[in-house]
Amino acid sequence: MSILITSVIIGLILSLLALGIFISFKVFDFPDITVEGSFTLGAAFSAALIVKGVDPLLAGFIAFGGGMAAGALTGFIHTQFRINPLLSGILVMTALYSVNLHIMGRSNLPMPGSDTIFSRLESFWETVVEPNHKMAVLGWSVDSKDLLILLVSLLAVSLTGILLRWFFRTHIGTAMRATGDNAQMIRALGVNTKTMIVLGIALANGFVALSGAVLAQYQGFADVQMGIGMMVWGLASVIIGQAVVGESGVGYLIFGTILGSVLFRLLVAIALRLGMNPNDLKIITALFVFAALILPVLLKRRKGFFKRKDYA
Amino acid sequence: MLSVTNLQKTFNAGTVNEVQALRGVSFTLEDGGFTCVLGTNGSGKSTLLNAVAGAFFPDKGTIVLDGVDMTLWPEYKRARYVGRVFQNPLSGTAPDMSIAENLSLALKRGKPRGLGRGISGKLKEEFCRMVKPLNMDLEDRLDSPIGKLSGGQRQALTLLMASALKPKLLLLDEHTAALDPGTAAKVIDLTQMIVTRDRLTTLMVTHSMQQAVNMGDRILMMHQGRVAYDFKGEYKQRLKVNDLLALFEELRRKDAIDLSVATLLTNKYV
Repeated sequence: MSILITSVIIGLILSLLALGIFISFKVFDFPDITVEGSFTLGAAFSAALIVKGVDPLLAGFIAFGGGMAAGALTGFIHTQFRINPLLSGILVMTALYSVNLHIMGRSNLPMPGSDTIFSRLESFWETVVEPNHKMAVLGWSVDSKDLLILLVSLLAVSLTGILLRWFFRTHIGTAMRATGDNAQMIRALGVNTKTMIVLGIALANGFVALSGAVLAQYQGFADVQMGIGMMVWGLASVIIGQAVVGESGVGYLIFGTILGSVLFRLLVAIALRLGMNPNDLKIITALFVFAALILPVLLKRRKGFFKRKDYA
Repeated sequence: MLSVTNLQKTFNAGTVNEVQALRGVSFTLEDGGFTCVLGTNGSGKSTLLNAVAGAFFPDKGTIVLDGVDMTLWPEYKRARYVGRVFQNPLSGTAPDMSIAENLSLALKRGKPRGLGRGISGKLKEEFCRMVKPLNMDLEDRLDSPIGKLSGGQRQALTLLMASALKPKLLLLDEHTAALDPGTAAKVIDLTQMIVTRDRLTTLMVTHSMQQAVNMGDRILMMHQGRVAYDFKGEYKQRLKVNDLLALFEELRRKDAIDLSVATLLTNKYV
């Protein structure tokens, strides 16, 4: 049971990453691989600052800002120099690898006993109940402090989701969605699509970096490799979410993305529990996303095939 | 008032694919005038419209609207004063977004977009009022995605969106060419209605001579990147489709003479 709770917590933390991918991939149709660097960037900022004694919440905000800067750079390279989106992302991601090493000073930065969001929650909880307080959930005995963390994460992520939904329904947010949907049309209505792309990719990478920052605080270390495969991971969450809620309004899609992230994390936890080799995790994630991407095309082709038969 | 002066544009200059699309186009549109641009394929009529809209910058010449030189303005900046309807009915609307959201975007054309709500109850009432004259029963479907509508409905909405804030200049780029005849007639009626009602200065590219004869108060006939004929006032009112056909035939013969004279001279002197 406690493994399930941990999975849901990590799923919620990574849902911030998934929301970032939702913005770049779904809203802007921009395959943004910068996330593999900006995720680590967030973790690196968070760990390095916390080790120096900076407030963990402030560290999270700084990580968000760092991610935004990285995303803005990718957007800028793409829009100003007309470099293909994927290549723009690869350039920034590669450069970020060095930046991250400089920020951390080494490839793995643990922060044992440091003041993080989660250690604060734990010490707060110890003033309420005695240490190692257990609670019964569906017949299992679980650490009540894990439940508190789960609850707080759920609240924080829900709030983020609501905020994002609000933003995408404002005038500027609507213009952003239109930029991804029909750039020609929104230019003719007076929107500078280049600015929109830079802003949007910045926002996306802000969320990704925040996700990395929180994950580093949760697991107690930052690693320069931790961003690898994160883009496909986020894509998988977005795709699962869309499959669950269907193609509907932006609010539903945001909700679906969060749900997708948690579900995917749970699926992985169950698969690992059933004896899947952890080394196979990335190939299975990749295969999963591949299948999800080609399935709609295959289904359409089948329909077309049947149609032709009808007419014959 | 729109003044276009000596507009020139060559695509792919210096290559085998070089095309001199505009070779010095000049004209002035009076306020509230409705001008049709006619021309053979490749005469530069669509290029002219795109140049005015800002899809690319001209090599030479100026585009001045109401005393403001916007020759070097990017497309999105010109949208402050210019409304546009495209040839492709899918180009003018965002398919995954609702009718209401599309209309909301149009009501902010060329204006700063802030953090205000894109759609409110009050705005929805206004949207209802906007789509009512279309007679397409869209009032109850404001929340459904625009991609579900037919090409004709989307083009009608694009026209509504382009003209919503009464632009100083309305550009119509063969906006009925991709529609079936019945729908095209409806969109043309709507165009006529909106342009007359709001007295919009309009530049419409068309390849239908019937449309050019029936609509507007002026015809610019383009040929080989230049304005070949310019009919206004009574001349334009008296013009019939047959007259236009005769003129096109004349232009075609002129081209043929150019070519045969060149061949003749080449044979004789080269």
